[in-house]
Amino acid sequence: MVLEVQGLSKNFAGKPVLKDVSFNLNQGEILAILGRSGAGKTTILRCINNLTKCDRGTIKVDDMYLCREENGVTVYAKPAEMLEIRKKLGMVFQNFNLFPHMSVMQNIIEAPINVFGVPKQKAQEKAAELLEMLGLSDKANAYPFELSGGQKQRVAIARACALNPLVMCMDEPTSALDPELREGIATIIENLARDGMGVLIITHDMNFARRVATRIIFLDDGQIIQESSKEEFFANMGDERIRRFVAM
Amino acid sequence: MVDYISRLMPALLAGLDTTLSVFFLTLVFSIPLGILVALGQLSNIKPLVAVMKFYIWVMRGTPLLLQIVFIFFGLPIIGITFDRYPTAILAFVLNYAAYFGEIFRGGIESIDKGQYDAAKVLGFTPVKTYQRIILPQMIKIVLPSVANEVITLVKDTALVYVVGLGELLRAGKIASNRDASLVPLILVGIIYLVLTAVLTTAFQKLEDRYSYYQ
Repeated sequence: MVLEVQGLSKNFAGKPVLKDVSFNLNQGEILAILGRSGAGKTTILRCINNLTKCDRGTIKVDDMYLCREENGVTVYAKPAEMLEIRKKLGMVFQNFNLFPHMSVMQNIIEAPINVFGVPKQKAQEKAAELLEMLGLSDKANAYPFELSGGQKQRVAIARACALNPLVMCMDEPTSALDPELREGIATIIENLARDGMGVLIITHDMNFARRVATRIIFLDDGQIIQESSKEEFFANMGDERIRRFVAM
Repeated sequence: MVDYISRLMPALLAGLDTTLSVFFLTLVFSIPLGILVALGQLSNIKPLVAVMKFYIWVMRGTPLLLQIVFIFFGLPIIGITFDRYPTAILAFVLNYAAYFGEIFRGGIESIDKGQYDAAKVLGFTPVKTYQRIILPQMIKIVLPSVANEVITLVKDTALVYVVGLGELLRAGKIASNRDASLVPLILVGIIYLVLTAVLTTAFQKLEDRYSYYQ
C-alpha cells in the first residue's frame, strides 16, 4: 500500500466537507475519485498534500504518517518527516501552477536541486529523461506561456515525477484539455502506474474514469457512497445519486 | 552665453552631487526596507500588521516636507538631534519605504495562490518560496510602478533645501536670484529632464529584460 487514508474529516466554517473518508491506494493502481463539484474531492487531495489541514484522520504515505490520531488529537508529521513524505508524493494541479518565470527545465529541476540537494547534472539528466518520455524534449528551454494546455500538463507531470514519487495525485486532469488530448494523458497515466506508482485521480469526467481507472470511489456530500472496481462500478450503479450523476 | 553657463556649472554640479547622493542612498535603503514592510503587512502577526498599516498611513498621509521638518526641527525639542544630511536620508528612506512597501504588497498579492501551493508540494520552505518563486515574479509586476516612484524621487530630492542642504534646485535658485537671470533655472530644469530620461530608459531596459516570460 502506498497511501492509506483513514477517517478523514474536514469542516470549513462549521460546514462538513469531508465526513470520515477512508480508502487505500496500492502500487500500480489507478484510483479515480468521482463526484460532482463541491463533493469534497479536491479537499481530499489538498489534505493528502498537506495544503489543507484536516480536522481528524490518519494519512499514511508509504511507511510514514503525514498525520495520525493520537488520543483523539490529530498530530502532523514534523517538518523533516514532512519533507520526506513530500518526496513520496507528486501532485499535478488542475491548472498546473507552473512557475511562469522559469523555463520548462528549470521548473523540473528547481525543487530537486534547491530543496533536496540533488546535484545539478543529475537533476538535469533526470529531467531530460522525463521530457523525452513525455515527448517534450524540444521544449526544455521554452517558458510556460509558450506551451499549449496539454504541454503544460505534461511539464507539470514531469515536475511532479522528478523525485520518483510513489503516489501521483492529479486534480481534474482532463478539465483543461481538448477531447482529442484525453487519450494521450490516459496513456501517460497508465505508464506511470505500470512503472509502479499509485495514481490518484480526482475527476468529474465519467468517461475518463471509465477509460483509465482500475478502481473507482464515488464521493457525494463529503462521503464515500461506493467503492468498487471499475467494471463493477459501471455494471451496477446501485445508488440513486450515482445514477443521477451518470445521467448528467 | 556659453561663458555664463560654464561659470554656472560648478555650483550646479555641486548641487547635483547632493541631489544624486540623496537619490541613490534613498533607493538603496528604502527598497529593501519596502520589501520588509510588504512582508510585514502580509504576515500573520497581527500586531506587526497593525504597526505597518499605521506607519504607511502616517508616511503617505503627511507631506514629506513635514516629515523632514519634524525630524530636523521638531525632534531636537525632545532631545533627539540629527545632522542635516542624515535627517534628509532618514526622512526620505522612511517615506519611500512606505510607498515601495505598498507597491510590493500589491505585487505579491497579485501572484496566483497556486504558486504557493506548487512550491509547498515541492517541499519549498516559506523563505525559499519567497526567494525563488514569489519575489522574482513580483519584480516584473512592480517595475512600472517602481519606475514612477523613482522618477518622483528625483524631483522630491529638491525638498532637502529645507534643512539647508545645497541641492540642485537650490543652487539654481541662488544663481538666478544673484544674476537676475532665468538661465540657471532653465539649466536646472534641463538637468532634471536628463536625469528622468536616463531613468526612464534604464527602467525600459529592465522591463525588456523581464519580458522573456508572460
